[in-house]
Amino acid sequence: MLNYSLRRLAWAFPTLLLLITVAFFMIRVAPGGPFDSEKNLPPEIQQNLNAKYHLDEPLVQQYFRYLGQILRFDFGPSFQYRDWTVNQLIARGFPVSLSIGALAMLLSFTLGVGIGTMAALRQNNVLDHGLMGFAMLGISIPNFVIAPLLILVISVYWGWLPSGGWEWNWRNMVLPVITLAMPITAYIARLMRGSMIEVLHSDFIRTARAKGLSEFTVIRRHAMKPALLPVISFMGPALAGLITGSVVIEKIFAIPGIGSFFVQGAMNRDYTLVMGVVIFYGALIILFNFLVDLIYAWLNPRIHYK
Amino acid sequence: MNRSKQQSAGLDAGSRGATGKDAFAQALDVPQVAGRSLWEDARHRLLKNRAAVFSLGLLLLILVIVTVGPWLIPWDADYTDWDNIYSPPSIASGHYFGTDAVGRDLFVRTLQGGRISLLVGFVATIVSLLIGVTYGAIAGFFGGRVDQVMMRIVDIFYAMPFMFFVILLMVVFGRNIILVFIAIGAINWLDMARIVRGQTLSLKRTEYVEAAVACGATPWQIIVRHILPNLMGVVIVYITLTIPQVILVESFLSFLGLGVQEPMTSWGALVNDGAQDMESAPWMLIFPAVFLSITLYCLNYVGDGLRDALDPRDRI
Repeated sequence: MLNYSLRRLAWAFPTLLLLITVAFFMIRVAPGGPFDSEKNLPPEIQQNLNAKYHLDEPLVQQYFRYLGQILRFDFGPSFQYRDWTVNQLIARGFPVSLSIGALAMLLSFTLGVGIGTMAALRQNNVLDHGLMGFAMLGISIPNFVIAPLLILVISVYWGWLPSGGWEWNWRNMVLPVITLAMPITAYIARLMRGSMIEVLHSDFIRTARAKGLSEFTVIRRHAMKPALLPVISFMGPALAGLITGSVVIEKIFAIPGIGSFFVQGAMNRDYTLVMGVVIFYGALIILFNFLVDLIYAWLNPRIHYK
Repeated sequence: MNRSKQQSAGLDAGSRGATGKDAFAQALDVPQVAGRSLWEDARHRLLKNRAAVFSLGLLLLILVIVTVGPWLIPWDADYTDWDNIYSPPSIASGHYFGTDAVGRDLFVRTLQGGRISLLVGFVATIVSLLIGVTYGAIAGFFGGRVDQVMMRIVDIFYAMPFMFFVILLMVVFGRNIILVFIAIGAINWLDMARIVRGQTLSLKRTEYVEAAVACGATPWQIIVRHILPNLMGVVIVYITLTIPQVILVESFLSFLGLGVQEPMTSWGALVNDGAQDMESAPWMLIFPAVFLSITLYCLNYVGDGLRDALDPRDRI
């Protein structure tokens, strides 16, 4: 097991290195620099600025300097938010993004597994078709359509919840969390239904039923664990989807999370901020995938740690 | 199989003094049943799936409206109707979906946006199809070291936050519709490559491929004659499931203001415009949103139906 974990972890490093390299060179070949928006900057000041941020060095040297910085977990100063470092910006935005994302993840996992199991138990029934129809709706309707519609009806017409903005308060979290969780809930429900139906057809379930166990015990003790495996392996892509979704959600609901920094940074060519966010989220996804792999291997007795 | 049947029929005919296949069938006293090909089988299964058939019909309808519609509507997509700016949907004024902030007819705009959204969907899917099928077929067919290395690369790509790269790409190279096609296609080929590789691996071990190898067929001949045609089923299913994903990505980019640019538009861009004015002009949000959602919904249902019909493994 330890050997297997180490091997999986070893693969994370080339992935991360590729991520950093691509992001670095892509943003550097971009036309226009971070100080272009300043009006008529005298050439001397331009030079000083470039020197301060090491933009006058050869590209390769900048690249290795940046790699060295990353090794010390230092993403450098932001180009646009003058008095802030990227670390500070991420530290400010991340708690907000994390709380919404974690709640959405929790909600979609419990709801998705519940709905999927229910549909599987009533396979080809009205309930099954209804639930799966809803799930398809959740997959098909993009969250940037759902979010404005929810705001329009719930906030504008009925005035129940705030239409956006951010305070540490449940009222500000309800709509963003629901919109963010919707597509992932739907995916998990569909996955769960499929795998649960397959598991329910297997021999050991027939044995469990033949022993006279109640249906509830059969599901909870015998069917749940193997049926959860595909859902567990979906958690990696789910996180990626959640992070992508958070960019939109944070824009629509005016939430000061990392996603909103990213879009602004990209528009303003804030090199360091954009790269910081890409690397931070990339590392998060890679780490999460690693954990998911471990959990999967631990749950699935059929995997041999080769 | 056909040949051996004829041979045994011939033998039979010899001993019984009758001729041809009919005599053979008669001799066995079996009524002749026309064989059903895999494709016919699949079509039957698809046609029995009412949700998929209904979705397919609705999709065709949307496709026709979107293609033909703009020529039939009296308004031009860039015509400003000064008497009806920001006006709600009405039959009297002839703007059935209302107008936007600069007095353009929303019906025409929605159809125009649909053209772009669907076009992006098809073209980007073809890009991802070409990359994915080639990559997966090569990895699966050659196997061994080649396969290991190629699939490791796919694994690494899988771990990337691709959406962020696309956003970067759009920011770096400007909003160019060709780039939208390529960027979206280039990030969506991973699933296709994995599926095609798996399928190729199992096809490679079948007897008819072995027979082809024994006959001295070159790898290229085997890929083209035996592997690719048998991949068709899976590929068609994943094309149908990729198109809605691609449309979603494009509208996501347009929603962030990074996709297509004015005066061109797409459903995502229209939803973005509409969301900004939704309190005073909700129709600007609702009509494009409904078109986009229905299209994605139907595409997903058709894809699901095709998968049930064509992919025998998933049949429960």
